[in-house]
Amino acid sequence: MSEITPELVRHLGVLARIQLSDEEVERLTGQLGAIVDNIAKVSEVATPDVPATSHPIPLANVFRPDEPQQPLTVAEVLQNAPDSDDDRFRVTAILGEEQ
Amino acid sequence: MSDIIRLSAADLAAQLRAGAVSAVEATRAHLDRIAAVDTDVHAFLHVNEHAERYAADIDQRRAAGEELPELAGVPLAVKDVLVTTDMPSTSGSKILEGYMSPYDATVVARARAAGLIAIGKTNMDEFAMGSSTEHSAYGPTHNPWDLERIPGGSGGGSAAAVAAFEAPLALGSDTGGSIRQPAHVTGTVGMKPTYGAVSRYGAIALASSLDQVGPVTRTVLDSALLQDIIGGHDANDATSLAEQWPSFAAAAREGARGDVLKGLKVGVITELPDSGFQPGVAESFRSALAAMEAQGAEIVEISAPHFEYGVAAYYLILPAEASSNLAKFDSVRFGLRVTPDGGATVEDVMAATREAGFGEEVKRRIILGTYALSAGYYDAYYGSAQKVRTLIQRDFDNAFEKVDVIATPAAPTTAFKLGERIGDPLQMYLNDVTTIPANLAGVPGITLPSGLASDDGLPVGIQFLAPAREDARLYRVGAALETLLVDQWGGPLLERAPRLPGEITHEGEAR
Amino acid sequence: MADKLMDFDKALELFEPVLGFEVHVELNTRTKMFSSAPNPAHPDNHDAGPNTLVAPVDMGLPGSMPVVNAQAIESSISLGLALGCSIAPSSRFARKNYFYPDLGKNYQISQYDEPIAFEGSVEIELEDGTLVTIPIERAHMEEDAGKLTHMGGSTGRIQGAEYSLVDYNRAGVPLVEIVTKPIFGAEHRAPEYAKAYVATIRDIAKALGISEARMERGNLRCDANVSLRPRGQEKLGTRTETKNVNSMRSVERAVRYEIQRQAAILADGGIITQETRHWHEDTGQTSAGRPKSDADDYRYFPEPDLVPVQPSAELIERLRAALPEAPVARRRRLKAEWGFTDLEFQDVSNGGLLDQVAATIAAGAAPASARKWWTGEITRIANASERDAADLVSPEHVAALQQLVDEGTLTDKLARQVLEGVIAGEGDPQTVVDARGLAVVSDDGALIAAIDEALAAQPDVLEKIRDGKVQAAGAVIGAVMKAMKGQADAARVRELVLERAGQA
Ligand SMILES: [Mg+2]
Ligand SMILES: [Zn+2]
Repeated sequence: MSEITPELVRHLGVLARIQLSDEEVERLTGQLGAIVDNIAKVSEVATPDVPATSHPIPLANVFRPDEPQQPLTVAEVLQNAPDSDDDRFRVTAILGEEQ
Repeated sequence: MSDIIRLSAADLAAQLRAGAVSAVEATRAHLDRIAAVDTDVHAFLHVNEHAERYAADIDQRRAAGEELPELAGVPLAVKDVLVTTDMPSTSGSKILEGYMSPYDATVVARARAAGLIAIGKTNMDEFAMGSSTEHSAYGPTHNPWDLERIPGGSGGGSAAAVAAFEAPLALGSDTGGSIRQPAHVTGTVGMKPTYGAVSRYGAIALASSLDQVGPVTRTVLDSALLQDIIGGHDANDATSLAEQWPSFAAAAREGARGDVLKGLKVGVITELPDSGFQPGVAESFRSALAAMEAQGAEIVEISAPHFEYGVAAYYLILPAEASSNLAKFDSVRFGLRVTPDGGATVEDVMAATREAGFGEEVKRRIILGTYALSAGYYDAYYGSAQKVRTLIQRDFDNAFEKVDVIATPAAPTTAFKLGERIGDPLQMYLNDVTTIPANLAGVPGITLPSGLASDDGLPVGIQFLAPAREDARLYRVGAALETLLVDQWGGPLLERAPRLPGEITHEGEAR
Repeated sequence: MADKLMDFDKALELFEPVLGFEVHVELNTRTKMFSSAPNPAHPDNHDAGPNTLVAPVDMGLPGSMPVVNAQAIESSISLGLALGCSIAPSSRFARKNYFYPDLGKNYQISQYDEPIAFEGSVEIELEDGTLVTIPIERAHMEEDAGKLTHMGGSTGRIQGAEYSLVDYNRAGVPLVEIVTKPIFGAEHRAPEYAKAYVATIRDIAKALGISEARMERGNLRCDANVSLRPRGQEKLGTRTETKNVNSMRSVERAVRYEIQRQAAILADGGIITQETRHWHEDTGQTSAGRPKSDADDYRYFPEPDLVPVQPSAELIERLRAALPEAPVARRRRLKAEWGFTDLEFQDVSNGGLLDQVAATIAAGAAPASARKWWTGEITRIANASERDAADLVSPEHVAALQQLVDEGTLTDKLARQVLEGVIAGEGDPQTVVDARGLAVVSDDGALIAAIDEALAAQPDVLEKIRDGKVQAAGAVIGAVMKAMKGQADAARVRELVLERAGQA
């Protein structure tokens, strides 16, 4: 049986910054439960001796020379801004602190 | 002269070079076609109001005697996942409605430099999450073969656009089959290049380690011509491969001569039994293999024991990476902003915006991915899934010691009905079983039509897979089979597609 | 609300402090960590307006991708080597996921389980010259976040602000975060350890030339971890992390404050909450920030847009060979070379004037003269004007000034006036001398005329000198100096007066 509970889904919603409604939490709990039960089978073959692959085609040392390029103009930076002021993006009050 | 819109890109390019057709005429013909049929097909989210001006510029340069690239003047449809400076880029999501990018995706910039005319942006499942284009925030695209059916996904718009002759060429992106599966259900050609063969810069990321941009066309040669243009190293994408690539068009032209099938070892995966597929799909696949065998190809059974874990690994890696990639949509710098009533903090605004701006499927996958990466679950889920990738790569390595290419049906069934599976995400996910392994391992894969299913008369695609970096081999083999089948059919498969409602009146003047 | 504090010595009697530091060093590369936008931490770009140093990836634009700055890699390896660290044959970047408006992508690209440098140590020197070895856990690369300005409300702080403005110029500035292991044995010198450690990191970064390393500009930011454990207890106490302390003096004060605050709580039977604390420069106190919670689930995973960093042995050896002398070794060497006493050297060193004095000596001044200028007049002016001594005048000008004194062109007093002119931006010392007409009058004729005049006013002076009261000459010398507006060499005047009295 799945370990997906409504409390967990609600917590994941907070982490993912999605304001889930109660109905959504309930629906997602069921759906994710079924999905997780199905995909948990990866652990059957993922034994300790198997290395993880994070890049399908292995590369290393891909760097860029330290040469400045033209940055975006302020107009380009702000062109899609929902709100801005004084050449900066404007957001409503922040509750939590910097990490 | 035959109808402009029915020409392949290669043939249209020849006409343009010969001066038989102007770029403006070619562009107008496609814009007219869009105007006629797209109300029903809904392949496009946006049509480029600058297209004719770009075409006139090509004509002018050609008239001035400038030596233009081979495909200059040929129209191109662009999947909305790719950012463009002259059209909005939404990735099929409400959260990005009206978003204008200050820069072009590398593939778009390269296509423009090659003289291709970007005529519009095509519909897709929101943020490329889906296999049916039903998850677009802007309504579904309809399969030109049967408007009641799905065009595949996530790139249903691009596939439908080329299948409905709204564009000869389109760009797609393929994270788990989003180029190849739509090709399968629409009777078109879709190529997912080797991971890193085509730049991802400017492709709105879904799952960075799986995403690959590629061509969507009606012929194998057209795909090759388009990959020649968009492919190759890009310094803006750190995962882009630095090597020199051979001419894929040359490979496709070589393949079309047919002799590449002689002695070709084609692997068929024992663990993918016919019984898992719709009978008409399995039958079409078998007959395509028989046609190849008749030309001297050798069919070899190979084992890929870990492919069955592919879907599970994919549905851990994709949501995990997507949950992070989609965090940028927070209402601060761009996109939708929803402010809840009364004294909202920025945290509330972000959460309300993401609740309102993302569709069901996107939220489902973000939550799933957040879970998979969470402390305490990482090793069991994301970590294990990355190990499955290694095992699938090993399966490929072992197989490619014995065979030159692997062949599979491109998807288990033909196009299903719109709405038929939308309530069952797990069932929808299992649909990707044949296409996912290529993304997990980074190898290239191509889908081309193998025929119509005898049970429902809908298109079926065959998929070929090759070792990483062997994209040219797929063009060679694909073109060889395509030539063989088109000969058998007496013309391209798409000729058999039913006429679309909008084209009845148009038909009279065009032919 | 003021915290209850325990007397510092009493706190040390009851508890043993354990320290730890996380120092972020902003690299001065020309471009950012992951984009080709100009780097605001490079001196060329200090005055950039908001959002003028932004590339797509710095603000997380859809479709944008990071690409690693090669120079940032080399600078990080150099710093790692200077901290005595091993350089990882393979390291990689990860995503640290959390939502915050200054973070364009809502994840920070940072190194997590595979940092570029690990396991090192660095020697620091306390004010009395004691050497201490600080163990280094790791040094990893990451990107900085943008800058938030909180508007509305009274304080400009986050609490009570109505809205905030975001500037992404700083987003993507290359950082190296240096993390120490727990530091034991500091005892009552814990605040001094903190200051000396940060000063050493600053000196190393400066010597390497990889950062401007100016704390007041945020080039160097220190998070100080402090925990206390009762004497005799093995288990470490709960620590607090005081964030972003941005001056050497504040680091010292913040550590002292936390020791006193925690001791008071523990002595009362209270418990320390694991939390971040904010340092308030104005009040000299820390205040509670964010407690650690399960919302701190950063969901780290390898950054799929970037590939591993695998520096070759040749690169590492080339960078190792180019390392400058370690700060402590350099100080020892300079002290011997210059022949300073312990006190003289500490004066220079604790004033942060080592580089200035060294450069002044290199420009030709004698060590003693260079030291006197910097620790004397220049420091006095810097303190009075609340500026940084290094910003007032260049070592070359100081050396040129001393040269004028050595040649006899200027007296010490005149030289101080010339220095004022140089600081005021009137030009190099010679230019100021010419423009202000400050050179010493070296024409004996003019001096003798002035002496005659002074003697005429005080006719009995010559008599007194001849009677052996040589000090009587002072009155005449004073009068002459006054008449010459200070532009006379008092020693020469004295010689001439004595000559007149037949005593020379
Ligand atoms: Mg830290
Ligand atoms: Zn950090």
